[in-house]
Amino acid sequence: MNSMSKKTIIPFGPQHPVLPEPVHLDLVCEDETVIEAIPQIGFVHRGLEKLVETRDFNQFIYVAERICGICAFGHSYGYATCIEKLMNIEIPQRAEYLRVIWHELSRVHSHILWLGLAADAFGFESLFMHCWRLRERVLDIFEKTTGGRVIFSVVKVGGVTRDISDEHLAEIKSTLQGISADYAQIMNTFLMDASVKNRTVGVGYISKADALDLSMVGPFVRASNVDFDVRMFGNGAYGDLSDFQPITSTDGDCYGRCVVRAKEVLQSIDIINEMIDKIPAGDIDVPVKGAPAEGAEAIAHLEQPRGECFYYAKGNGTKNLERMRMRTPTSVNLGGMTKALQGCDLADVNMIILTIDPCISCTER
Amino acid sequence: MAFASKSPWVIHYDGSSCNGCDIEVLATLCPGYDAERFGVINTGNPKHADIFLVTGSVNEQNIKVIQEIYNQMLEPKVVVACGICACTGGIFHDCYNVIGGVDKAIPVDVYAPGCAVRPETLIDAVVAGIAALDEKSKTMKNTKKRGEE
Repeated sequence: MNSMSKKTIIPFGPQHPVLPEPVHLDLVCEDETVIEAIPQIGFVHRGLEKLVETRDFNQFIYVAERICGICAFGHSYGYATCIEKLMNIEIPQRAEYLRVIWHELSRVHSHILWLGLAADAFGFESLFMHCWRLRERVLDIFEKTTGGRVIFSVVKVGGVTRDISDEHLAEIKSTLQGISADYAQIMNTFLMDASVKNRTVGVGYISKADALDLSMVGPFVRASNVDFDVRMFGNGAYGDLSDFQPITSTDGDCYGRCVVRAKEVLQSIDIINEMIDKIPAGDIDVPVKGAPAEGAEAIAHLEQPRGECFYYAKGNGTKNLERMRMRTPTSVNLGGMTKALQGCDLADVNMIILTIDPCISCTER
Repeated sequence: MAFASKSPWVIHYDGSSCNGCDIEVLATLCPGYDAERFGVINTGNPKHADIFLVTGSVNEQNIKVIQEIYNQMLEPKVVVACGICACTGGIFHDCYNVIGGVDKAIPVDVYAPGCAVRPETLIDAVVAGIAALDEKSKTMKNTKKRGEE
């Protein structure tokens, strides 16, 4: 009888109320159960890796920043690190610290944004609004220190373009203190409320073995009890942290992913506070001369809010790069997502898609 | 503009935007800027929407989706191109997979520039959109104002 049961294919997306970004899924269903999810991507593909042929390596940083508007700072940070390795440039310590401060602030804003979207996905509209209200205060910090809310354009090859004054650093600390108090309330609702738990506990389970098999990254893999976080290798100013432990959860389900992200916000706030306390005085950039040598190759990786992002660059002796390539967290996490969708209830599909925190414009570039 | 003839419901679709404009569209509707107090409500259903907010440029794959959403919206309708990519293609205008601004796919009424577009600009654009909506409804046949039977 089972082999005779009727299959229905339900199209999901690209335009769907729960999706902020376009991705299409064919959900193969038997009754109310999803037995397979077939993703189709390409709605956001622009082809910006090829732009390295027409933009020089300094100009491309502005293109790299626009790979994704949520992880914007991270992409300019990763790209700049990669080019600095390619050209053997050592940047001042203060610039390293400033980059980490902005990067961790981006993580705070990205995770709070995600908590809001997840709340929206299970219909908790007021929690969504509260998350986004809180996030505005992080964006105010960005606006004060860089001038932009989403795209900052503060990183350049060889350092950063703007310094943060001591006055502003102190202000960031006090703002974050205010945010932490409000955030504790939101976190309490998110992790303790029965109506939230009903939608998240036990949904979309991924075991540790599966997580490793599918080479998932970021909070998605840490929720399956894999302690992998690029920050623990201590690249850049992360090496100066007194202590760093990746946050993991043993749950492996949607609830575990909420817990990991919720705690990472607090961890990031701690990192920012420590960086502000330790930040050295000095220059914020070094002059960059010449061009990447022919055949020179470099790689860089950093922990984006959504997971490990890998950058590769190859020079050809001119100002333009020969090749620029990124491996973004969502493109690897899509495998885990389709796995988590197998056998789930149709009503849980949007929850599972949201909890991997998909960033389609990173994936497709 | 001191008077709005209706509460404009909006539908948002991400063309091939980098997300920057998308989160600004959402931020405009959320408490920081709170466009909802003017009756601007985000709906996922094209048939309920008056204003179509498109972010990002048009490419081969999404051009049909954008046209489909536009065709499903009922008259009168207004399209707002949010952000410089939606206006002209922006920084990605010479990418191989970018056709250009949203006006290559559907008629655009209001252009809201910026990278990423700022919430203030978006509110202005939606207000301009309401005016365009009123203009369009005047030219439609069979429109009777409430009260005149």
